Amino acid sequence: MKVLQIVKTAYRATIEEQDDTIVWLSHALCGAGAELDVVLQGNAVNYAVAAQNAAGLSFGDWRQTEPPRIARDIASLIQKNVSVFASNEDLRERGIDGSALLDGVKQVSRGEMAALFERYDSIWQW
Amino acid sequence: MNDNVTLTFAMMDAPFESARTTTVMRLIDIAARRGYNVNVFAYEGAVHLPFAGQTAHPNAVHGHTAEEENHPLPKDWISALLRETERNGGILDWVNCGLCVDERGATDAIEGIRRGTPADFWQMALESDNTLVIATN
Repeated sequence: MKVLQIVKTAYRATIEEQDDTIVWLSHALCGAGAELDVVLQGNAVNYAVAAQNAAGLSFGDWRQTEPPRIARDIASLIQKNVSVFASNEDLRERGIDGSALLDGVKQVSRGEMAALFERYDSIWQW
Repeated sequence: MNDNVTLTFAMMDAPFESARTTTVMRLIDIAARRGYNVNVFAYEGAVHLPFAGQTAHPNAVHGHTAEEENHPLPKDWISALLRETERNGGILDWVNCGLCVDERGATDAIEGIRRGTPADFWQMALESDNTLVIATN
């Protein structure tokens, strides 16, 4: 079975979780043998931006030593042969140029989405 | 209570669910560093923020042991904020809504947290320079 994971809810507790929960789940499912790809929609298209840095958080004497590294997590999905798509309309609306994206991220338009869905047995929107 | 500025925050989000929690903690941290008094009324899911049973775990996807991962736990954030407030001459009064605690069984909170009611929130608001409500969506 081949699954398309759609990630639309972005930066939801990523500081506490140290990652995006669905990107993490995608890694874990791949580890369990799943065949899947990922679409980033809405604010989640920013996950594909290479130059992001969430380090430096502190509360009083508490320091976060391991911040979320979402770009790294997306890049490592791609290294596992997971196709990562980003909605190009959502990128454009947010002023994110294609040159800012991680290598290997594919842009897909809303008009191409239905045809993309046809390539999968199941579509899971998070 | 001292003569410092006093701020009250009401918050609702459960831990590990929303970036709003981090934002509120950052605001409290700024207030704590300035020596302000801070009141917090934790309502509904937010009563789990100081839950003592939170436990850090390793992360196999990151390839980290529990020690390497140094998982952020909101209870530790609150402990740090309690220390920071006190260090700067302020007071952090964190009140967990008692009924919200009961319905969730979230009775085991870290030291420095007290149980209260909406009446405490009202009193906090009356005695504060300002009150900020961080509702859940």
